[in-house]
Amino acid sequence: MIYLRLIVTNLRRHRIRSFISIAGIAFSVAAMLTVVTILQGAIGMFSGILSSDSEIIVFERNVSDLFFSNVPAAAAEQIAGWPMVLHADPVLFGIVSSADHPIITCFGVTAADARIRKATWLEGDRLAFAHHSDDVVLGERAAEFLGARLDDHVPIGHGVFHVIGILKTANGFEDGGVFMPLSSAQGFFHKEVTSSVITVKLRNKDDAASFKTMVKEKFPNLIGLESAEFTRSYSQFKILKATAWAVGGCGLLLGGLGVANTMIMSVFTRIREIAILRVNGFSHLQVAAMIFGESGVVSLLGAVLGLATGTCLLFILKQVPALHGYVDVTVQPFVLLIVILLALITGIAGALYPAAYAMRIRAVEALRFE
Amino acid sequence: MNPSTTQASSQNRIVVRAEDVWKSYDDGAIEVLKGANFEAAEGQTVALCGPSGCGKSTLLHLFGGLDSPDRGRVSVNGMEINRHSDLLRLLRHEVGFVFQLHNLIPDLTLEENCLIPTVAAGIDRRTAQARLRQLTDRTGLTHRLGHRIQKLSGGERQRTALCRALMNKPKILLADEPTGSLDESASAAVFELLLDIVATEGATLVMATHDHSLAERCDRLLEMHGGRIHEPEYAR
Repeated sequence: MIYLRLIVTNLRRHRIRSFISIAGIAFSVAAMLTVVTILQGAIGMFSGILSSDSEIIVFERNVSDLFFSNVPAAAAEQIAGWPMVLHADPVLFGIVSSADHPIITCFGVTAADARIRKATWLEGDRLAFAHHSDDVVLGERAAEFLGARLDDHVPIGHGVFHVIGILKTANGFEDGGVFMPLSSAQGFFHKEVTSSVITVKLRNKDDAASFKTMVKEKFPNLIGLESAEFTRSYSQFKILKATAWAVGGCGLLLGGLGVANTMIMSVFTRIREIAILRVNGFSHLQVAAMIFGESGVVSLLGAVLGLATGTCLLFILKQVPALHGYVDVTVQPFVLLIVILLALITGIAGALYPAAYAMRIRAVEALRFE
Repeated sequence: MNPSTTQASSQNRIVVRAEDVWKSYDDGAIEVLKGANFEAAEGQTVALCGPSGCGKSTLLHLFGGLDSPDRGRVSVNGMEINRHSDLLRLLRHEVGFVFQLHNLIPDLTLEENCLIPTVAAGIDRRTAQARLRQLTDRTGLTHRLGHRIQKLSGGERQRTALCRALMNKPKILLADEPTGSLDESASAAVFELLLDIVATEGATLVMATHDHSLAERCDRLLEMHGGRIHEPEYAR
């Protein structure tokens, strides 16, 4: 109890300084939470594109990015014919641009693709898809930022396309994308008779392992991965996750420096007080525990405040139309745990030097000269 | 100096001893103690008098294990303080300090300040509270338990410091000018209390003071000058 009082008393004694430290950790935690959660959401959405009505994705082995993957059309046809396969849909990904919008994701799909079959069509008729090579279907958000309506002709990349439908999906990427017939996309992106991936739905999920083995045997240049497996191993996702954690980590590092500064000042301004504790029997470890306790309280308060701020921020971002589908306000428990742990570790690391300094204080000198 | 002049005359066991103790500061530029000898027996009250800078506080710090001598031996209860664990045991159970400046933590209450040594020593809260109540009853501070140090008078602060020093029932009380910051009446009151409590607790008091009138009321009065300790003729 006295321990806690000593900790709290000292933090209250320098309220502004303590608050700045707490705010530093809070902003770092909020930034980390926001960046990581948005990124997790983006990864989730991308995974969602690949796993819509499918369990396995087949793509070119050892490619760094699915946009560079080339899967022969013949492979898609063969795989579709395997007895364990319910359906296999080739999908071609491409990036196109239009006036004022440098990046629009384009999906080259067949009429049988789940994205076309299962989406909510706001305008147009799904049965009309893929009848003409210049037909496109726009995601709701793409239609919005392109200012396009049904039957309009919109310039996309180097071509002009006829809008035959507008659909709505729960996926932000798809909502902001353009869907065109696979053959049109192959011509448009100069990738004749290839697709980027094949999304595969099996008759029986238990056949996943044998399916992957067959892919390896029949198509040595291709690889088949289950959706969860793909999310874990895809290098782009790894890079994105690492970047998010690194950005958040840098934020926490700055927060940690703030804590270190506060704790150093805290120790320097009460050398005499620490000497008094030593004279009254406090050990080096008890003094250090007090300093770590203070930084721990700062970090914990910062983490709680940061989590609250970050969640509010995510909630606000979720309301921004341009970010529709990108932001998932549901913070994953492991993200929560890691953020709190990192905040505490940062706080403790920030108190290392101050604690070491406090432990070295010689009571006799502090009492004599201060 | 005749070492016998600083020896305890009591038949009781010697609890504080300094033998040929030397201590200097600034790499030897300031020599404070030059072969000082000292003994205090269990239950004795000993006053160390002398001008500022003569080494009174230094000697008390050596007895409390806060500093170590350049040469010579210092032992408390027959034990030389060489290791950190010894020092902790000494500070937690063997000695209590009272300083000229009360050295209390101003933002804590009287009660919290007094409980600090018990927290350090790991004494359970109930025992600590009972002891605190006993001491504050004796020092007339019970009604001030929940008050912060800033709200207390000088005399009350020094009485609080006395309570804190005695919380863990130390065998030796080291008091460095305990009434030096008080006015005459408060000084007399605190000193009376000090002597009374020390007698009741059966503790040994080693007190550094400028005030001869207070020093004369102790069992023994020693004077320090030239880095050594003398027992003046008038005090024998």
